Amino acid sequence: MCAAGDPMTPFVRHKGKATALPRRDVDTDQIIPKQFLKGVDRTGFGDGLFFDWRADPNFELNRPEARGATILVTGPNFGCGSSREHAVWALAQYGFRAIIAPSFADIFLANCYRNGVLPVRLPAPQVDTLIERAAGDSYEIAVDLEQCVVSDDLGFSARFTADPYGRELLLRGLDEIGRTLLEEPSIAAYERSHA
Amino acid sequence: MSRTLFDRIWDGHVVRELADGVALLYVDLHLVHEVTSPQAFAGLKREKRSVRRPERTLATVDHNVPTGDRSLPIADAISARQVDALGTNAREFGIELFDLRSPDQGIVHVIGPELGATQPGMLIVCGDSHTSTHGAFGAFALGIGTSEVEHVLATQCIVLNKPRNLEARITGDRAPGVSAKDLILALIGKIGTAGASGHVIEYTGEAIRALSMEERMTVCNMSIEAGARAGMIAPDEITFDYLKGRPRAPAGESWSRNVEQWRTLRTDPGAPYDRSVTLDASKVGPQVTWGTTPGMVADITARVPDPAELPAEGDREAATRALAYMGLVPGTPLEGIPIDRVFLGSCTNARIEDLRAAASVVRGRHVAARVRAMVVPGSQRVKAQAEREGLDRVFRDAGFEWRNAGCSMCLGMNADVLGAGERCAATSNRNFEGRQGRGGRTHLMSPAMAAAAAIEGRLVDVRGW
Repeated sequence: MCAAGDPMTPFVRHKGKATALPRRDVDTDQIIPKQFLKGVDRTGFGDGLFFDWRADPNFELNRPEARGATILVTGPNFGCGSSREHAVWALAQYGFRAIIAPSFADIFLANCYRNGVLPVRLPAPQVDTLIERAAGDSYEIAVDLEQCVVSDDLGFSARFTADPYGRELLLRGLDEIGRTLLEEPSIAAYERSHA
Repeated sequence: MSRTLFDRIWDGHVVRELADGVALLYVDLHLVHEVTSPQAFAGLKREKRSVRRPERTLATVDHNVPTGDRSLPIADAISARQVDALGTNAREFGIELFDLRSPDQGIVHVIGPELGATQPGMLIVCGDSHTSTHGAFGAFALGIGTSEVEHVLATQCIVLNKPRNLEARITGDRAPGVSAKDLILALIGKIGTAGASGHVIEYTGEAIRALSMEERMTVCNMSIEAGARAGMIAPDEITFDYLKGRPRAPAGESWSRNVEQWRTLRTDPGAPYDRSVTLDASKVGPQVTWGTTPGMVADITARVPDPAELPAEGDREAATRALAYMGLVPGTPLEGIPIDRVFLGSCTNARIEDLRAAASVVRGRHVAARVRAMVVPGSQRVKAQAEREGLDRVFRDAGFEWRNAGCSMCLGMNADVLGAGERCAATSNRNFEGRQGRGGRTHLMSPAMAAAAAIEGRLVDVRGW
């Protein structure tokens, strides 16, 4: 059985409780502070998620309505800064399956695709609508990666564009290394011609 | 068809096109450190995979190492375990490691260039976002996550979507007292922290050509703070002079052959970039950040901005949050803000020229009474060179701590951290909330500016010195 945060967890579609973090430029130092980077395993990062911010009782994820959320709706440039994949592990192990934002940092995106976490890019006004709705209790969003559609029960429906390679990794839960190792003849040929 | 520098390096590394714009690319140099690699090595072991090209892989310990007395064991047991894990993994997989006993140990982005392992035209990766530093040599160098580290270890390749290409043309001459750090901070301030997302930046223009290699590294290092996938500068005589004679650089006949090939690494006249931005270096003054992203930056002569005056709602909210965290009031002149700590270090600004610039400000003066200041050289080689030049005495006599190499208080993974509410003048690259320590307040600036702040105990304009 695969869990979110395992490299080979497929993501096809998911419906779950959404919560909003209406901030821009949320960096990976906030998502998982440095003191949690000393581990040598891929597990145990959920408790460190937004550790400093969670010390504030008014922090968005501390609201009772946010409990059990699996979809995070947030501001532009989410995941900027450090390359630490621990940030995605922490989000996944806390329970998030998808993150919806106007934009993401590049390395963070690459890390999501390899951990069964779906990053969804939507135009800012649509994200604002979802943020507004997610402020309430028990608001659910459905994300379908096969159809590339985000929807809710209140009539919201929007198509999104997914990076084709990242989409394939997510849909099929691929072992990327195993797949690249099948390219051995091409890699060996490249090495011979560049020796 | 005319090509940019980036197009050339990309094309030269394609092992196979996997789909439109997606390619399997060959990695020439893989740099590894202790924090983002243990899970990758564990993955290899689990799947019984080996490292395809250990000779193209170099490892060092930097993020999590103490910068105090090296003769003592690492006091933090968890840090020690991570450092030991890299030692074990390097031995097991046959990877060269610069450990705490090595005279070549240092920050991964300092030692690659100083050993001559970083070379023009290479594709370089590392599980660290500041890998963009190596682009200063005309390499395509990018930070990757741990899953990708594992992929590169196993296959010596990486799968990438081809980023777009942005030209950052920096024209004009820098005024005295204005450093490479000021240029890159001003550029980030202009285009924003996501201004180059999805792009590789090529820095061009006379202000870039005039930079030394170490200054170019400072510029490329902070490409990621503008959101860029990488930054690069076409190699020239300055690049070749820097590399010649370094331990891992080609020598003899191979040197001339390589230089000949490296000279072809440039953008063809008229080759199209996807976007272009320009910055006039002559209009840039010493820069200081006032907020919690590197894009929240202003000239030292400016005042803390009033969020209410910012045009976009998102910017107003972000600035309001940032000022509350930073404990700053709108309208306060930046010059004169009192500081508690000074950090001279990091992969951005801890090379020998940085230490010389800071030492020239400090010489014969003393750190302000209530300020604690530290110098953390970027590598043990930089440290030894500085000691040969007597810079350690200059800093020690002035009241600075003189430490061993590591990432140190740039990210505060080791014992070098800011306390809550402490305000720090730092030569590093990120002023995020809590970056240097929970509740710590970071102002980014050049080495000369940080040195002057240490002496005065407040932010000052180094041009007045």
